[in-house]
Amino acid sequence: MIDLLIVGAGPAGLRAAIAAAENGLHVSIIDEFVKPGGRLLGQLHEEPDGSWVNGVEEAERMYHRAIQLGVEISTGVSVYDLAETPAGWSIYTTDGVRESRCLLLATGASETPIPIPGWTLPGVMSIGAAQVMGNVHRVKPGHKGVVIGVNVLSVAIAREMQLCGVTVDRIVLPAHNLISADASNPEKMMESLLRLSHLAPSSLMKIGGKFVSPKLAARFYPRNGFKIWGIPIQLRKTALEIIGEEQVRGVRIAAISATGSVIPGTEEIVDADFVCIAGGLTPMAELAAVAGCRFHYVPQLGGHVPLHNERMQTTLKGLYVAGNITGVESAKVAGAQGRVAGLSIADELGVLSAAGKEKIKEAVDQTVHTRKHALIQFNQGIEEARHALYTEFQQLTDKKISV
Amino acid sequence: MKSMRVQEHPILGNSEKKEAVTIYFDGKPYTAYTGDTVASALLASGVRTLRKHEETASPRGIYCNIGHCFECRVQLNGSETVRACLTTVADGMYVTSLTLPKGASI
Repeated sequence: MIDLLIVGAGPAGLRAAIAAAENGLHVSIIDEFVKPGGRLLGQLHEEPDGSWVNGVEEAERMYHRAIQLGVEISTGVSVYDLAETPAGWSIYTTDGVRESRCLLLATGASETPIPIPGWTLPGVMSIGAAQVMGNVHRVKPGHKGVVIGVNVLSVAIAREMQLCGVTVDRIVLPAHNLISADASNPEKMMESLLRLSHLAPSSLMKIGGKFVSPKLAARFYPRNGFKIWGIPIQLRKTALEIIGEEQVRGVRIAAISATGSVIPGTEEIVDADFVCIAGGLTPMAELAAVAGCRFHYVPQLGGHVPLHNERMQTTLKGLYVAGNITGVESAKVAGAQGRVAGLSIADELGVLSAAGKEKIKEAVDQTVHTRKHALIQFNQGIEEARHALYTEFQQLTDKKISV
Repeated sequence: MKSMRVQEHPILGNSEKKEAVTIYFDGKPYTAYTGDTVASALLASGVRTLRKHEETASPRGIYCNIGHCFECRVQLNGSETVRACLTTVADGMYVTSLTLPKGASI
């Protein structure tokens, strides 16, 4: 029996492991990917001061610190079941059953696919798949690609692909269907694109700054889009179908109105040997559901999230969550939450001194601060939504106590 | 075919030299490098189709590349079904496509 088992070796899991092990806990981490680091591994972005944040290096630093503190990290191991026991938790993995007093789920997020005709052809992949291929495995996803879906992730990764020597021909919207919904509507996408202006100030100010409302901006949006880092972003073009027989040969696109209806007679075929679908992220919370956590649907956080408080406790004893499983945010926020979880667990297991308890409060404040200053804001209204969630948690636990 | 490997990178630097190994996919040998996954090694060699769909026989390749979608499942050394994107290569590894034999049905 160990003190803490963590599922997920991303920024949340690693930071939690470090905080817990610094307080003397015996900690193990398991992750199903081939190396530790989670989605930090693919990340590469330029800070406002012009320096680059290299996720691979950051992951390595955290990994070495954790190893130094005696944390055991196993990769290539998947978890398929969990059960609460009198002493803690049993975790069923592809490498046998593990027993732990506390359990932290730091499983991150998964990408939402947008099915459009032809999307099962070899050469069609999620935008994150292309990021991992290029930045982690150092293999190009293809030579010339089209990205379908305009969001924070797709614009950032299109740039990363360019740095790998890949041609990103254009970024277009997905065809309208029940699943793509708002993602196929130029007006709605203009709103989210304007929130990216700090990433590419000059080109976005040119288009966004001219218009007072996203509605107007979408209506007067140039038919062929404008370029960020030389990549055309075409909010007024939609991908109707991905074509090819044995693999991707191209994409059939058409022009659309400001509200997303296809303009007849504007269809054309763009040649490409790969296509990325960017449908956004949603918390990956299956294991919390299997464990029996209470859930809440919070659109600002990306979907269904396990109910938790600001100390990262769930409604189940000894079960904690941190990182994108609690809501889609940047890796820095995930790391800050991980530290909170690690300290909270140390507190539950009774190893924190009075000064240590003070650190939990500092870590919670640090998370709020990091969120406020995050370079990439995935959704709007995150802080407010979180506040509502924590209040809900508080009311629920108060009720339990009064009964 | 132009190389699919990212040898030089302005921020990440140049790829480290890694040891070459041979893996087999449906009987054909391919060069891979230690640290590759089956999925990245095959893509680097221009192989995109990893299996045929069990009912429609339509070709399938990688989709999510991090183990979530199970689209890249292949057979390893004639027995185990694994995800190509989560399986690191080893010299002499024998990988086969999960194609149903002609006339078979599920």
